[in-house]
Amino acid sequence: MKREINFILNGERVSIEVASNEILLEMLRNKLGAKSPKCGCDKGDCGTCTVIFNGETVRSCLVLAVEADGQNVITLEGLMDSGLTPLQESFLKHNSFQCGFCAPGVILSATELLAKNPKPEKKEIQEAIAGNLCRCSGYSPIIDAILDLTKEA
Amino acid sequence: MKQNKYVGQNAVRIDGKVKISGAAKFVDDIDFGADLLYAAVVESQFAHAIINSIDISEAEKFPGVVRVVTGKEFPFRFGLYMHDRYIFAQDRVRFIGEQVAAVIARTPEAAKKAAKLVKVNYTELPPVLNVEDALAKDAFLIHPELRNYQHVPWFFPRPDTNISHLRKVRKGDTEKAFKEADYVFEDTYTVPRYAHCAIEVHATVGLYDHSGRLTMWTASQSPYTQRHLFAEALAPLGISHKDVRVITPFVGGGFGGKAGVSMEIIGAALATTVKGRPVKVLWTRAQEFYNTYQRQGLTCRIKVGVNKDGKMVAMDNTLYWDAGAFVEYGANVVNAAGLSASGPYNIDNVKIDSYCVYTNLPPGGPYRGFGYSEFLFGLESHINEIAKKLNLDPVAFRRMNAIREGDILNYGGKMNPNGLIEAIDKVAAEIEWGKKEVSDDPNIAIGKGFALFWKAPAMPPNASSSAFLKFNEDGSLNILISGMEIGQGLLTVMAQIAADVLQVPTEKIRVETPDTDRNPYEWQTVASHVTWGCGRAVERAAIDAREQIFDTVERALGKDRSTLYLEDECIKSTKEADFSLPLRDFVINGIMKPDGTWRGGPIIGRGMFMPEFASALSDPETSQGGKPNVHYTVGASAIKIEADRQTGKVKIPKAVLAIDVGKALNPDLINGQITGGLLQGIATVLYEDMRYDEKGKLLNASFTDYKIPTAMDIPGEVIPIIIETPQPDGPSGARGMGEHTMIPAAPMLANAVEDALGIRIKSMPVTAEKIALAVAHATKEKELENQPK
Repeated sequence: MKREINFILNGERVSIEVASNEILLEMLRNKLGAKSPKCGCDKGDCGTCTVIFNGETVRSCLVLAVEADGQNVITLEGLMDSGLTPLQESFLKHNSFQCGFCAPGVILSATELLAKNPKPEKKEIQEAIAGNLCRCSGYSPIIDAILDLTKEA
Repeated sequence: MKQNKYVGQNAVRIDGKVKISGAAKFVDDIDFGADLLYAAVVESQFAHAIINSIDISEAEKFPGVVRVVTGKEFPFRFGLYMHDRYIFAQDRVRFIGEQVAAVIARTPEAAKKAAKLVKVNYTELPPVLNVEDALAKDAFLIHPELRNYQHVPWFFPRPDTNISHLRKVRKGDTEKAFKEADYVFEDTYTVPRYAHCAIEVHATVGLYDHSGRLTMWTASQSPYTQRHLFAEALAPLGISHKDVRVITPFVGGGFGGKAGVSMEIIGAALATTVKGRPVKVLWTRAQEFYNTYQRQGLTCRIKVGVNKDGKMVAMDNTLYWDAGAFVEYGANVVNAAGLSASGPYNIDNVKIDSYCVYTNLPPGGPYRGFGYSEFLFGLESHINEIAKKLNLDPVAFRRMNAIREGDILNYGGKMNPNGLIEAIDKVAAEIEWGKKEVSDDPNIAIGKGFALFWKAPAMPPNASSSAFLKFNEDGSLNILISGMEIGQGLLTVMAQIAADVLQVPTEKIRVETPDTDRNPYEWQTVASHVTWGCGRAVERAAIDAREQIFDTVERALGKDRSTLYLEDECIKSTKEADFSLPLRDFVINGIMKPDGTWRGGPIIGRGMFMPEFASALSDPETSQGGKPNVHYTVGASAIKIEADRQTGKVKIPKAVLAIDVGKALNPDLINGQITGGLLQGIATVLYEDMRYDEKGKLLNASFTDYKIPTAMDIPGEVIPIIIETPQPDGPSGARGMGEHTMIPAAPMLANAVEDALGIRIKSMPVTAEKIALAVAHATKEKELENQPK
């Protein structure tokens, strides 16, 4: 069964027909060309498919596309209207990411954290990104970049 | 003359922006249009069975199915170092999850559903699931045709057994040395299998067009090796190397798991059956666990002879590797570890037997550390135990026996320049070795552990790298290499090397991921060799370009080339202070002479590097005579833990790792390797291991059941220490260091647990459960001892 849904993706109104069992991640990647959320496990374990859904991060592999109807969805592509964000600049400066596959998800989780808590403690940062697996960095360069930003602010 | 230094600087990654902006494309991110087909694989449900028949009739009828393919269409054997592998299983299956057939369909859903309709009729054979069973006298042969397998000359298979390779090392006279030694210590240590867990799964898209061209997009560390194996395996179809093009966009982590060819061969073969249409094979996370390379399991029986003064005089190390169903890559892990299983110690008498054993578990293969992580667990645990038994300080004992420049290696060559002693001293100071610490909480025991490490690149003696370097009209550069950016920062470091030679800032240099049609040859991005090997090729390409620049200026302007030099993107002369010609003015269009004719033209540098001094030829009974290893990178590492006596849970307040990188081309990227590699190593000892049931089925093929560390699991602090004893043949003196950061983690943690709690755990992983049980057991024993008799 298919139905049309309307939602806001990265500030743009979108109307699209989806199957009732279609996954949000697949719709974003395959139908709308938003490729920054990735599929790393398809089970909600790894966090590479993280998107911001009405201000909260969700695993888009665990969300049905129809649930986006009437909602606001932000992917990494939607953060850069006026260039890289200060958070991204800090990640760049710290060489935080190695292969970069987890980066979009981590950046969105950190963006959500900073929106809610502009001066997080190290522990709070660790908790906020604990749902985003990274096999390369050992996490410290990611945490340091976020901490650095809170000091500058 | 003011030369800018680019090498040695903490340059920001040149691929930083593309990765943090989401612009980096990985294989599954590339669009192939409405014509794209999807494949699903039919997998063996048995660890060992004869295939009697395959019925594809129902699957073929399923709506959306384009083609069903079985092994009958591809009866070709292939492999990297030994041809023991098939594209699809032929007459028998050898592990659970092995590909038996594939369905190609319009949608992934149709392919998956139809794959379930393929009926395979099997006769089960007894599965051989561990090394003991595989080596038993009456063991069932997993590869009865072993004697016919083509392999590299440095492998020594034992036909009519399950031993696919035996690396023997004999140095000195161990028998005599053991007899004369004051003490002999012997023990056995075991290491299970591990998964790489790159966050990006394996993915490949193949397109075989009607002109006979096969283009493969792969998530790979080895585009050229893949091209070679695709061409070799599919040669019976009339495909040659020039017809195969491998394009490798960014890779979401490799760690050895994306080296060589694993599932990509399925994509290549399937593409040839649906001419003109791209077909995608995308592994699930579960398949990523059970049907790519796994780190091999190891049982290590180690015997060491020591004199009263603490000098190690003899070592006998027997390594039994659970190498899995196919060893085309894994046998080289066995080989490399066999050559070096004495660790970074100077021991006159060494005997090593490293057995590569077929089992009916998934194929073993390369994993960051390439065998060294595995044998170091036993070796460095054992060294600690010996020191304790001799009442020697474990660090002093290691330092006394540590290998030094010029010492004789196991295969007869001489040890390269290295800063092992400096590493030991710096790590000991940083971790405050010898300072006992006691927690305020009586339930918490604090302990410290130490380990040394060494590792050489395991590569064929003629493993080569090459580079092209092209100037652009504005004086910027593109460098073409086929070394792969797998997160380590290769692109950045290659730009830094060229920047140094050409005095052009790193920001003006672009280095992209490979396409074998455009980028020149690279063996593979493995073995921690690309900074060294590919770096030398880039350095030579830059020097070649520089010579062409000098040549142009000499011919056009009559300048004495011996006075010419590059500075600030200009060519200048030591003899004429006012001569300064920007590179952008002539590196493409040349320089006009007074008569209106032009000299020069596009500057295109070319560089190549092959370690011409290496040789894999040696006596199979002793390994004496060749020079299989180009150099060793060494270091030391230590850890401080807080262990909970009741729960066994281990916290890590501090970890230190010192490594001799020769020259730190980009210290920040080196620190990144240390932070990341250490955590990957710590995970193998505290959290991870692959578990199989009694039928050979992997039980924990997901991140839910195979726990890798999160941001909550990191050490309190990681102190990286960089040591620089130049490698004479490295670019600016650099040598490889990427894998090494992981390999000391397991033994140093086991040693810290012993230091804290007095218990020695000899089988990895050292989980909280094992620790808690061992503590409870030890407490009980003590109570029994103290009972009145």
